[in-house]
Amino acid sequence: MKARIPELAKRLRSREISAVELTKAYIEAIEKLNPTLNAYVHLTFDTALEAAEQADQRLKEDDAPLLCGIPMALKDNICTDGLPTTCCSRILKDFRPYYDATAWEKLKALGAVLLGKTNMDEFAMGSTSETSCYGAPLNPRNTNYVTGGSSGGSAAAVCANLAVYSLGSDTGGSIRQPASFCGVVGLKPTYGAVSRYGLIAYGSSLDQIGPLANSVKDAAIVFDAIKGGDKRDQTSVDYDYGSSLAECLDRDVKGVRIGVAEEFFDGINPEIKAKIEDAIKLLERNGAVVENLRFPALKIALPVYYIIACAEASSNLGRYDGIRYGHRASSYTSIDDMIVKTRNEGFGDEVKRRIMLGTYVLSSGYYDAYYKKACLIREEINREFDAVFEKCDVLIAPTAPNTAFPLNYRGSGPVEMYLSDICTVPVNIAGVPAISVPCGEDARGLPIGMQIIGRRFGEATVLQVAHFYEQSAGKVLGDYEGGAGI
Amino acid sequence: MNYEIVCGIETHIELATRTKIFCGCTTEFGGEPNTHCCPVCTGQPGSLPILNQKVVEYAIRAGLALNCKINTRSHMDRKNYVYPDLPKAYQISQYDEPLCENGYIELDSGKRIGITRIHIEEDAGKLIHENGYTYIDYNRSGVPLIEIVSEPDISSAEEAREYAEKLQLIMRYIGISDCKMQEGSMRCDVNLSLRKPGDPNFGVRTEIKNINSLSFIQKAVMAEAERQADILDAGGTIVQQTMRYDEATNSVAPMRDKENSDDYRYFPDPDILRFCIDEDKIEEIRASLPELPFDKLRRYVNDLGLPEATARQISRYRKVAEFFEGTLAGGASVKNAANLIVGTIFSHMNTEEEKELFAVRISADQFAELVRLLDEKKINYGVAQGTLQKMLESGKSVDEFIKPEDLAGISDEELESLCREAFDANPKAVADVRNGKDKAINVMFGFIMKKTGGKADIRKAEALLRKMIGHD
Repeated sequence: MKARIPELAKRLRSREISAVELTKAYIEAIEKLNPTLNAYVHLTFDTALEAAEQADQRLKEDDAPLLCGIPMALKDNICTDGLPTTCCSRILKDFRPYYDATAWEKLKALGAVLLGKTNMDEFAMGSTSETSCYGAPLNPRNTNYVTGGSSGGSAAAVCANLAVYSLGSDTGGSIRQPASFCGVVGLKPTYGAVSRYGLIAYGSSLDQIGPLANSVKDAAIVFDAIKGGDKRDQTSVDYDYGSSLAECLDRDVKGVRIGVAEEFFDGINPEIKAKIEDAIKLLERNGAVVENLRFPALKIALPVYYIIACAEASSNLGRYDGIRYGHRASSYTSIDDMIVKTRNEGFGDEVKRRIMLGTYVLSSGYYDAYYKKACLIREEINREFDAVFEKCDVLIAPTAPNTAFPLNYRGSGPVEMYLSDICTVPVNIAGVPAISVPCGEDARGLPIGMQIIGRRFGEATVLQVAHFYEQSAGKVLGDYEGGAGI
Repeated sequence: MNYEIVCGIETHIELATRTKIFCGCTTEFGGEPNTHCCPVCTGQPGSLPILNQKVVEYAIRAGLALNCKINTRSHMDRKNYVYPDLPKAYQISQYDEPLCENGYIELDSGKRIGITRIHIEEDAGKLIHENGYTYIDYNRSGVPLIEIVSEPDISSAEEAREYAEKLQLIMRYIGISDCKMQEGSMRCDVNLSLRKPGDPNFGVRTEIKNINSLSFIQKAVMAEAERQADILDAGGTIVQQTMRYDEATNSVAPMRDKENSDDYRYFPDPDILRFCIDEDKIEEIRASLPELPFDKLRRYVNDLGLPEATARQISRYRKVAEFFEGTLAGGASVKNAANLIVGTIFSHMNTEEEKELFAVRISADQFAELVRLLDEKKINYGVAQGTLQKMLESGKSVDEFIKPEDLAGISDEELESLCREAFDANPKAVADVRNGKDKAINVMFGFIMKKTGGKADIRKAEALLRKMIGHD
């Protein structure tokens, strides 16, 4: 049985278990399972135990925060002061920032215990986590399959109970899709809801940090802790959600208008389609109103996403030149030669591919045809979302058109892999929030995720619907054995 | 052959904000290398820029002072290029929505040089080449700059210099930069081409980068115009390229291109939100602008009747002009105040910087008290100068040095007897005056002044003396 935050918090307070004992249980499980799963790429057990000791002191007080003493993990692109933060890229191997990401700083202040940094696609570019320079993490539910990506390690760690929760980042589906593949909950908040300070940028106008957890409530608790405006991130918003979202989950769905757009179901694996339809029926039986809608811009969303994300990435990744930090080529003849060699050795193929794509779409002569046009279509997609949310409160769709790929699956090449992001990228383009919740498994026992999309800063409704579904659907996945025995 | 010079100037000016454009680091000049740095201005992974509102405000000040239109909607762009002094591999700048557009600077001739645009951007770090190694100092990385682009309205080396000089003066006046060309807080790039007089088309232009003094601007324009004219006269063509002016040889030569990327792949910086500027804010900034130096100059000459040379010297430095105007407000006369400032106070200030700073130990009111004594003829100019000297050294008021009894000074009877003494002691001077050498009377004035320590009313003394000489 996987532990949930409220239950662990209770046990920590009743002294049934101490934070140090809890942490040691997770460390033991990681030592046992991680060599196979490769969910973590940097382990921070020493600092974890120190943090756990401090948490135990703090737990003696009545007002210790809910997350105090709870062991967790961070995706390797979230900066941790003095601890490795490498984006799973050779170019940042051995990089240790001297500052914390705001989201981590907030959790640390609440007494969170960081077990380590999790595996991911290099610079968050990928859908399987296989572009990691540390090798792919394996899907704990079936180690012949990938975890999804790019926050694959974060999903695997939560799935295998090697962390109570984790943070990931989502640029085009990188939290939701691995959550779906591993059978956990993953929330991509509204753009601006969580500070991006200290999140190593991929596509700056799309990136957002969010939680992966074993329940909607846990995800809500973590979101409550990390959200909020930040004076170090101009794009962050200090939105007033009214109260703790985790405390407002217990609502039914009577009268909630659920939008279903057929475009999201085109070309979707029939097993997945069936499970999502079952889930929608369940909500409908409980009083939700289904609205059938159109979302014609969906197909064009994918090229728009790849143009904008790659354009921003090509600029964001220019700084890795071997001069100030990270990898530097060992022999070179000039500064230019050093930069070229460093980048050539440091970046993997997928990153190089996206840098070239992004450089191309921003080049003079191509800018108008690609980047500028993509920005105009982005506005059109925003308008379609606005129109949709006039007719409904949430939009329900599959998280991914498929369940987890077998390891090393390449299909017909990069474009087929890019196509698997079709259901998640529109959400990032529009900056709206969405959650992936498990809603069943396919014939091979691989988890299926349902995506619930809300309007900007509509996390409360998204979480409420997800929580209601999770509570009423009961057991939708087979049991997972393993992980920390607590 | 005769050619017409077509010249435009791009000027980079470092803004005198306390902190950098996107982080809280100090902008102070100097400092041990890499001590004025943080994750943001060294481009560490995960760091994000926060636009300093003061920078926007300063740029608007510049725009208003240069008669520009201020765009109420604007945004920042990324200019992508690779160079070791640029830690993010892009410079955050403005491309298609500059903060200010369409202004001008008026030259003394009345000709207006158009200002195309003013935009804000960040400075890069500095490379230091030493012992076969290259070191990088990022202290300057992220220091705010404005780039002021002129129209190609400049048609002579003199105009180029005057444009830059006026620009420098205005920027200093409005307090947004010290514009020290030697220290690099003002740098000019000159674009220049030649054409036959009357030809509506532009010739091929070259760009002379990073000129660091006003006189070099003038010399560089002359040298480049000559170089281009020679090429054209010989039937050659001008190659569009980047040049460097070498002050030692007073010549212009092509620069080694540091980067063959003329495609900067500009795009809007997603980390910085588009911003809107309130009309109210613009008006507030406009209201806070000081009277500009050329308006002052005009007013000093036309309304106050100062000679142009004196008016120019005073209006040139904002602090001096303010001190001068404060003195007038304290009831002092224009002429005496101006002469004492230019003649006495400036004699202590040898450099432009000192005049710019105008660090005097007395207030305008204290100065006005002294000038009033001179105006009322209670002291003469020499005493005024001497007293001013002492006041400047001590910071003390005039009454520390000139006592009321000194001023009450010499009674009419005393003065008459003094004049008699002077008359008796200087028979030769008396004879000279009588013979038409009027200047000889100065000998007797000198006698009286010496005896009284300069306190005698010289006009009264003159009247008395002339009576005695029988020459009134």
